[in-house]
Amino acid sequence: MSAKLERLSQTLRDVFGNRIQSLVLDRGEVTIEVSAAEYPRVARQLRDHADLRFEQLIDLSGLDYSAYGNAIWEGKRFASVAHLTSVKHNWRLRVRVFADDDAFPVIDSVVDVWPSANWYERESFDLYGILYSGHPDLRRILTDYGFVGHPFRKDFPVSGYVEMRYDPEQGRVVYQPVSIEPRENTPRIVREEKYGDVGHG
Amino acid sequence: MAEIRNYTINFGPQHPSAHGVLRLVLELDGEVVERADPHIGLLHRGTEKLAETRTWVQSVPYMDRLDYVSMMCNEHAYCMAIEKLLGVEVPLRAQYIRVMFDEITRVLNHLLNIGTHALDIGAMTMVLYTFREREDLMDVYEAVSGARMHAAYYRPGGVYRDLPDRMPKYEVNKFKNEKTVRELNANREGSMLDFLEDFTNRFPTYCDEYETLLTDNRIWKQRTVGIGVVSPEQALAWGFTGPMLRGSGIAWDLRKKQPYEVYDRVDFDVPIGKNGDCYDRYLCRMEEMRQSNRIIKQCIDWLRKNPGPVITDNHKVAPPSREAMKTNMEELIHHFKLFTEGMHVPKGEVYAAVEHPKGEFGVYAVSDGANKPYRLKLRAPGFAHLAAMDDIARGHMIADVVAIIGTMDVVFGEIDR
Repeated sequence: MSAKLERLSQTLRDVFGNRIQSLVLDRGEVTIEVSAAEYPRVARQLRDHADLRFEQLIDLSGLDYSAYGNAIWEGKRFASVAHLTSVKHNWRLRVRVFADDDAFPVIDSVVDVWPSANWYERESFDLYGILYSGHPDLRRILTDYGFVGHPFRKDFPVSGYVEMRYDPEQGRVVYQPVSIEPRENTPRIVREEKYGDVGHG
Repeated sequence: MAEIRNYTINFGPQHPSAHGVLRLVLELDGEVVERADPHIGLLHRGTEKLAETRTWVQSVPYMDRLDYVSMMCNEHAYCMAIEKLLGVEVPLRAQYIRVMFDEITRVLNHLLNIGTHALDIGAMTMVLYTFREREDLMDVYEAVSGARMHAAYYRPGGVYRDLPDRMPKYEVNKFKNEKTVRELNANREGSMLDFLEDFTNRFPTYCDEYETLLTDNRIWKQRTVGIGVVSPEQALAWGFTGPMLRGSGIAWDLRKKQPYEVYDRVDFDVPIGKNGDCYDRYLCRMEEMRQSNRIIKQCIDWLRKNPGPVITDNHKVAPPSREAMKTNMEELIHHFKLFTEGMHVPKGEVYAAVEHPKGEFGVYAVSDGANKPYRLKLRAPGFAHLAAMDDIARGHMIADVVAIIGTMDVVFGEIDR
């Protein structure tokens, strides 16, 4: 398996050269990072190049790095991570692209390369507020009609901002500010590396 | 000349054929669908966000509630992601148990799918037959985990406990007299494996019964042959997996192509379709059930002969036994730390995928070294399938939309997450 991954990494290096910002081989998975400007071209080549042939976009998800680890996150905040599969070569690849502007994250859409990206990009827009330019139909998908905000951002509380109840006087459902407070039973703790020595070193 | 105009109708969210809470906005020209716009998210519970606020183990039961007709397969992908991050080895016996329950789950899922698909397009009887067999398999779930559906049986590092020596039995009550109860309990006298083996011996006959009901049924064929045809190229482009992809003739099964657990040690075949229509996908599912039955049999044989641990002995990941915890200080500390703080998963990101009954169910987990996931993305097969609804349904009659929903095997727990 690892020889195969080596071959894939080598092919990626040969095809893209310095257009990929980093290539990591970790836990049997290959991850490449590309700049937002190169992303659409790289995507097209990943699909069409005879030695790569990633015909399937299996998954695409947004990511908000602002609360990563113990320290303050220095890099760009929003990323879009795509998981690709090649049925022909039996390969998998992860492609990460960071949005350049934290306040107004925009990433080019890959719907015209992989049609399956359509709903995944809608989901990522809905949950993280990443705008996919060139997407034909960028509507919210999972949240309620008329929802405000992007719930999966790290600064969005788990309990949300509004709650819904039936108001017998008005005879309809009304929205009001939440009455519950976020509660955390187990605090989140980031230990130093090698803490507890999980996996026997 | 009567005035002709297009209709826009709402299909669901409370339509019995919408398999849950699908709101489908259909633009119709007469009875022909011009555009289908699925509105999803009515069952969105924010599982991924909730998982970020829970420790790794606390999220296992959430996985059951994703695709609530194939519970253990979801847990499997989640546990595999954690194990991959930790680098923990799963004992061989646990791997066999997992494969066995994955296949039981596949049978459970396909039984529900075929039963309700037939029900949706007019074959009432089918569902009565398939639910009869589901009952037996859910009893197996119950025997092993205590719950008929939401098992929470797989844990990072193995499975929660070994297979039980006895099956739950029926008891005499005012509806069942002693004679009935004795008959019902006839195959429940032995261990869980005995009961399951009895089931696997009976199951091929049941499959034949289903086939006599549907496979050559004229009405069934009229409703499914040539409906919802997906070409192999389209299936790849839309990210289809599982029977939706294999029905179009692409031999892609993660159990064969990227084997996990002990799938490379068991013998089974992968059926593929030719025409990519609803009927071929039905045939694929039918054959998959028979193949699953084969795998279950092989697992039973192996499990009978090879006792052993079912969960890793690394107590930073899995709790020690009750007995050890009560007598040994170090184990007590392990137990305390595991259940208060939870395990710490090293920094990194992984994507673990299993061949879920509906397709590829993947878990993309990002860890920053904390006791909770930093980000958990669940890749649900139904999400990609439903996204192609517009393209597949266009040009079909409105009644065929129901057949297409049935063949996609949509379950909203996983699509809305």
